[in-house]
Amino acid sequence: MTIAKPNSYRSGPDERGHFGIFGGRFVAETLMPLILDLEKAYTAAKADPAFQAEMNGYLKDYVGRPSPLYFAERLTEHLGGAKIYLKREELNHTGSHKVNNVLGQIMLARRMGKKRIIAETGAGQHGVATATLCARFGLECVVYMGAVDVERQQPNVIRMEMLGAKVFPVQSGTRTLKDAMNEALRDWVTNVHNTFYCIGTVAGPHPYPTLVRDFQSIIGNETKAQVQEVEGRLPDSLVACIGGGSNAMGLFHPFLDDPSVEIFGVEAAGHGLTQLHAASIAGGRPGVLHGNRTYLLMDADGQIQDAHSISAGLDYPGIGPEHSWLHEIGRVNYLSATDDEALAAFQLLSRLEGIIPALEPAHAIAKVMELAPKRPRDHLMVVNLSGRGDKDVPQVGDILRGKSK
Amino acid sequence: MTTRIDTRFAELAEQGRSAFVTFLMAGDPDPATSLEIIKALPKSGADVIEIGMPFTDPMADGPSIQAAGLRALKAGMTLKKTLDLVRGFRKDDDATPIVLMGYYNPIYIYGVDKFLGDAKSAGVDGLIIVDLPPEEDDELCLPAMKAGLNFIRLATPTTDDKRLPAVLANTSGFVYYVSITGITGAAAADSSAVSEAVARIKRHTKLPVCVGFGIRTPETARAIASHANGAVVGTALVDALRNSLDAEGRATGKTVSAVAELTAALAQGVKGARAVAE
Repeated sequence: MTIAKPNSYRSGPDERGHFGIFGGRFVAETLMPLILDLEKAYTAAKADPAFQAEMNGYLKDYVGRPSPLYFAERLTEHLGGAKIYLKREELNHTGSHKVNNVLGQIMLARRMGKKRIIAETGAGQHGVATATLCARFGLECVVYMGAVDVERQQPNVIRMEMLGAKVFPVQSGTRTLKDAMNEALRDWVTNVHNTFYCIGTVAGPHPYPTLVRDFQSIIGNETKAQVQEVEGRLPDSLVACIGGGSNAMGLFHPFLDDPSVEIFGVEAAGHGLTQLHAASIAGGRPGVLHGNRTYLLMDADGQIQDAHSISAGLDYPGIGPEHSWLHEIGRVNYLSATDDEALAAFQLLSRLEGIIPALEPAHAIAKVMELAPKRPRDHLMVVNLSGRGDKDVPQVGDILRGKSK
Repeated sequence: MTTRIDTRFAELAEQGRSAFVTFLMAGDPDPATSLEIIKALPKSGADVIEIGMPFTDPMADGPSIQAAGLRALKAGMTLKKTLDLVRGFRKDDDATPIVLMGYYNPIYIYGVDKFLGDAKSAGVDGLIIVDLPPEEDDELCLPAMKAGLNFIRLATPTTDDKRLPAVLANTSGFVYYVSITGITGAAAADSSAVSEAVARIKRHTKLPVCVGFGIRTPETARAIASHANGAVVGTALVDALRNSLDAEGRATGKTVSAVAELTAALAQGVKGARAVAE
């Protein structure tokens, strides 16, 4: 089947939250009125210049934006091809791109009069960003995190607790991000009257995929202006890692209607695509989970399968619905990188550029190592360095010491 | 089109009493024992049987029903086997209504049209799909109605008067009022709040209204049933089942009787309630 190309790749979703067949609002009735309220509140906020002005103030002075676009000279020399720029989202306050979205949602929660914030987190970056802004605005904060992730991302658990958040280790299911999301949804259904669910990625029921994308699009918008300023033109390619896909969507979305820009999303291939992995597009098919229809890892009976990735932030059996659509329509190329490839990229970037990346964007760097050498020297490649690796230092240290023994 | 659900509620209205609705998970703790349990329910006083379709990620269920689903999946349960279970039950009972309850993904993957055809021929009467609100009626609700199955909608404390007409528009069989904001097996329902809510829903519909979530004892069942057309009990039955299992989670000689005995006690509670007007 040939899918007709749309006039614009940026016009979605429709009024029911669909990107093609993906997206939607697959939630319990208890949550439906609140989701409709949220949509209304978001539409009103978008049209309110005061909202944008207040956001911009915090983005500049609290988050530290704009984040630099940095020419990775030694990485470029080492790979011998494309000219590589890093979009330095890891320099944001709290250490990742997650804060862009959380700031927007917390300001919406304030507009809606919600005093209690809940969030799910995988690597803990979204949890830390949520805990941070809740501290800043004096809101109660509860974070659900899979027990496995609590174990492997201890530094972030400690940070969240220091910031005054309650962290609940989730023991159900696979005890990772998917189960944290189930538990957050259960909390929300129970405390719907006073609680705002701050979703960390471009997934969940409409309008979350849209509003998270919009709050993250500052990444792509800044990138566009910055590349223009230093190179006088558009980049030739973009690369970003994908769990749910918020850092990728934020970078990609402003460029979707620029046909000369090649776009690459990198999923986590774990132990390899024929073994345990977290690459929903490479190894899954469309299904319905967590409020939206999207590519999911599942068995023949529609039961959700365990994902695996070395990176807690990518360890999720689904992907945002807009990515599923961009895949089907062929606008974005979805690749994948294994645990081992990500570890190698983690070390390479640390040694060549003095930048320790989080394990999540290390997956993007891993594919840059393949893509860049095949491209000419005047090819401009922008990689979203979505988070810093401080949280991964204990885990990677253990792995590397284990390997060298 | 009249389903077994419509017939059953009409009979009960004539008898002047409310329905006792049971919920158990298909294939818990294993397919064979599960069939024995389901078969024992009508004899113990269940008027309507809800059967859970196991799913790995039941986002509206508490720990008891989550665990029941995982036990069933571990024992090899699938959606196809759930339909086999209904077919097995129908060999001896062509009157008790069967409602399948669960989440959309296994049905979506099975294929909506194929599922509706197979469910109807297996003897299923209605569906309750937690993650399909009216906004997604095109997915399954409208095709199910066309296939002659009731699509039973959940109304909740957050479903206000403005929204109720949309929720009730394509509902048939009965309305399932979720008595609390929360997950299955959590808080206890407050019977005066339930009474008010049922009255509010009845201003919008002629359908029977059953109430579930938070009913664990014959006393609560009686209190709720006197304000509604039916009381639904799930978690308490699932807990009774679990408590009868051996250390490895396998059925024992007591498993079927443990569920049957609690069903009988709860049914007594419901039957002791005065009925409300249809």
